[in-house]
Amino acid sequence: MDRSTSTKTVAVMASLEESLRAIVGPQHLRVALEADAVAGVQPGIVVEPATQEELASVLRLSNDAGLSVIPRGGGTKLGWGNPPARAYLILSTSRLNRIIEHVWADLTVSVEAGCTVQHLQDALAQHGQRLALDALWPARSTVGGVLSANDSGALRLRFGALRELIIGVTLALSDGTLASSGGKVVKNVAGYDLQKLATGALGTLGIITRAVFRVHPLPRISRTFSVSTQSFEQSQDVLNAVQDSTLAHTALQVRAAADSLPRVDVLFEGTDVGLGAQEAQLRKLLAPLAKSPSTAWNARQDLWNGSDSAVIAKCSVLPAYIAKTLNAIQRLGTQHQTRWQAVVEAFGIGWLRLDGSPENLISALQELRAQPESKSGSLILLHRPSALPPFDAWGNVGDALPLMRAVKQQLDPKSTLNPGRFVGGI
Amino acid sequence: MDAHILEKLRAIVGARGLITSPEELRTYDSDALTNFRAMPRAVLLPSSTEEVQAIVRVCHREKIPFVARGSGTGLSGGALPVENGIVISLTRMNRILEVDLANAQVVVEPGVLNLDVTGRVEERGYFYAPDPSSQSVCSIGGNVAENSGGAHCLKYGFTTTHVLGLEVVLPDGSLIHLGGKTLDAPGYDLAGVFVGSEGTLGIATKIILRVVKRPECVQTLLAAFPSTNEAGAAVSGIIAAGMLPAAIEMMDNLAIQAAEAAVHANYPNCGGLLLVELDGPFAEVKELMSHVNEICRANGASEIRLAQSEAERALVWKGRKAAFAAMGRISPNYIVQDGVIPRTALPQVLSEIERLGKEAGLRVANVFHAGDGNLHPLVLYDKRIPGQEDAAEKLSNRILELCLAAGGSITGEHGVGEDKKKMMSKMFAEPDLDTMQRVRCAFDPLQLSNPTKVFPRPRLCGEKPGEYVPHPLESAGIADRF
Repeated sequence: MDRSTSTKTVAVMASLEESLRAIVGPQHLRVALEADAVAGVQPGIVVEPATQEELASVLRLSNDAGLSVIPRGGGTKLGWGNPPARAYLILSTSRLNRIIEHVWADLTVSVEAGCTVQHLQDALAQHGQRLALDALWPARSTVGGVLSANDSGALRLRFGALRELIIGVTLALSDGTLASSGGKVVKNVAGYDLQKLATGALGTLGIITRAVFRVHPLPRISRTFSVSTQSFEQSQDVLNAVQDSTLAHTALQVRAAADSLPRVDVLFEGTDVGLGAQEAQLRKLLAPLAKSPSTAWNARQDLWNGSDSAVIAKCSVLPAYIAKTLNAIQRLGTQHQTRWQAVVEAFGIGWLRLDGSPENLISALQELRAQPESKSGSLILLHRPSALPPFDAWGNVGDALPLMRAVKQQLDPKSTLNPGRFVGGI
Repeated sequence: MDAHILEKLRAIVGARGLITSPEELRTYDSDALTNFRAMPRAVLLPSSTEEVQAIVRVCHREKIPFVARGSGTGLSGGALPVENGIVISLTRMNRILEVDLANAQVVVEPGVLNLDVTGRVEERGYFYAPDPSSQSVCSIGGNVAENSGGAHCLKYGFTTTHVLGLEVVLPDGSLIHLGGKTLDAPGYDLAGVFVGSEGTLGIATKIILRVVKRPECVQTLLAAFPSTNEAGAAVSGIIAAGMLPAAIEMMDNLAIQAAEAAVHANYPNCGGLLLVELDGPFAEVKELMSHVNEICRANGASEIRLAQSEAERALVWKGRKAAFAAMGRISPNYIVQDGVIPRTALPQVLSEIERLGKEAGLRVANVFHAGDGNLHPLVLYDKRIPGQEDAAEKLSNRILELCLAAGGSITGEHGVGEDKKKMMSKMFAEPDLDTMQRVRCAFDPLQLSNPTKVFPRPRLCGEKPGEYVPHPLESAGIADRF
């Protein structure tokens, strides 16, 4: 909130807060604490509606009053994107946490946005199913949060990202409209696919209040194998060989760091007989192959351990350029005195952690971003230390930015939602 | 349309790229849904992105509505011209521009035929997964517009799953790029919105497609059941056992008869035929197929056949893919519907369709993607019999209402187009449609690109995004801007 807020504005806020209390009940509106700050920006109040209708009303009133709203799920990824230009009201989905309907025989589930990923997975597992998504911090992250941040991990290789799993959405727009698209069936082409528009929009177009997903059967058996390689080129060869084979692997990643040899992990899921045959085929392709614990797949999340002073970025490159990218990271890391570790999936998305002084980190980042961008890729910042000099989280957006602004203008014309956090200042 | 505009258009595409004579225009007056027809003023056949841009710029300046068209195989009237408007046919833009198997992608122009993509990569063991039944003639541009599916989307996903990026000519003639060769390009997933928008947001002039490695083994099983109820129970059993087949298709007796008459697929004559395809590593497919076999037997299958050769497998699929066209063998006219239901509602919806059919005195053949609940009821009728066409249309709409009542959708893969736009307000509430139209306004504020489709009524886009308008509270000095 602006420190020089005028007396009149204070009056507007007081009157708004009273209206909001009437909607959600006095115990669900509170003054924001320091812990509620979003990337260093201190909001005024936190509101926790119980229903999507309440949420939409809170949003509409804030929008009418010209006050900015930061949607919040589990709060695990609030630092992603750029710091907000303004932050008055934290609109929390924590009480919108019901699983509305799990139709296991149809392989679909409808869920409210504030439900944690783990709670959803536990419910699905009772019927031998799962949302085929390995999100970060599932015990705390919410359905709405992972969708807005478009978070997915290694399982994407087989099951696609959230855009392939979400089949319906309800959004609260800043004018209070509750709009749905898609539906409850997996196959459906009626109307525009707003669920894809909302996925990865970082809450800047509307607040996701409900989502419908297609779910998958839980695997009967999973096995992980790893192979140590001598160089990034050799890792790339392993990735290429597995990807170009007829193996039906579920995930395939490289773990690399400044000071250790790269390892490639392969995940198989299926039946006992099927996996036996696949293992035999993999052994012909790669040697020496070792069985690994499934914790190999936590490597992405482990990048965040003790990362207060580190930078974590998501890099997207062509699958064939993984080794070249890792070589560039190695070279720039040495040059700018930053230690690094990375987890890169075979489909070309990697997570990179850099440790070093803020000055070194910023100079390394500037040069690093040029690497993927020169090959039609991208590097976006997910986590930054508070001392890092300003650095745009998103990089080059390309020639569709004016259209993105037009979409934003249509759905959130007053820029009430998450102002300034998204691409191009949206 | 003034002659000078036609001259401008002729200058862009040359005399051979402009069609204006009524006889030739008639070819373009409908897509494969022939009960909707409209005469365009001109059809243009551009050969490049620049020509498409130049045409669209003229349309934008002169406020002439235009409709993009691929192969014209659509089944919802999506490529129906606007009367006296322009049709932009993309058939001449049919080059495969780039094959990059190291990154499992292919870049194509919109006029490339679906099957030709697989044709270019199959030698290296890859294929393009979306496989609408019309895949030998339909174009990728059309597939993008409709977000086409096919029998194998149960496992592999739809067109939208396989489109990585697009070059798009917006309705004002500007050129933009959505998505790209790498995943998760920063910004909104506008490629996700564009695919399936039925030509209402602009024209795709280049498409980056993802291709998929062919599995080690594919097996196809045919199982004959006394009726679709038992066949449906077997499908539930397969899903409950935690399997995700590459495809599960079902046909009822009328559909079997038609397919037999048309292509002699050698289907067993039964009340409900199930076609189950599994793919993957050989050992796993073999093991799971024996489970499928057991489940089918347990649910009363009288005959089970596993295709023994690639030729047998191809024949099984030929029968299924020819099913629509085969209706011509058993009925002079038919309407194809494309409703979707939650799969569990299948027995109840099918018996209701049967009841409604009897009530209307019409036969309904059922061919459907049973794995994902996409029904293709074919309402058979004879146009020459007075009143039958009307009755068939009514029945057909009643079936869609049934799908909606069961929690489904009015279209699984054919699109809304002209045909089902009136049903949209039965599926969506006004705020839903209004929000979609707000997105459309961002792409096409003048509503020139296929303007009359998808939505039941137009929405004015109002003021174009422009300068900041102070809020009344602000003007009154009650609030400040932060």
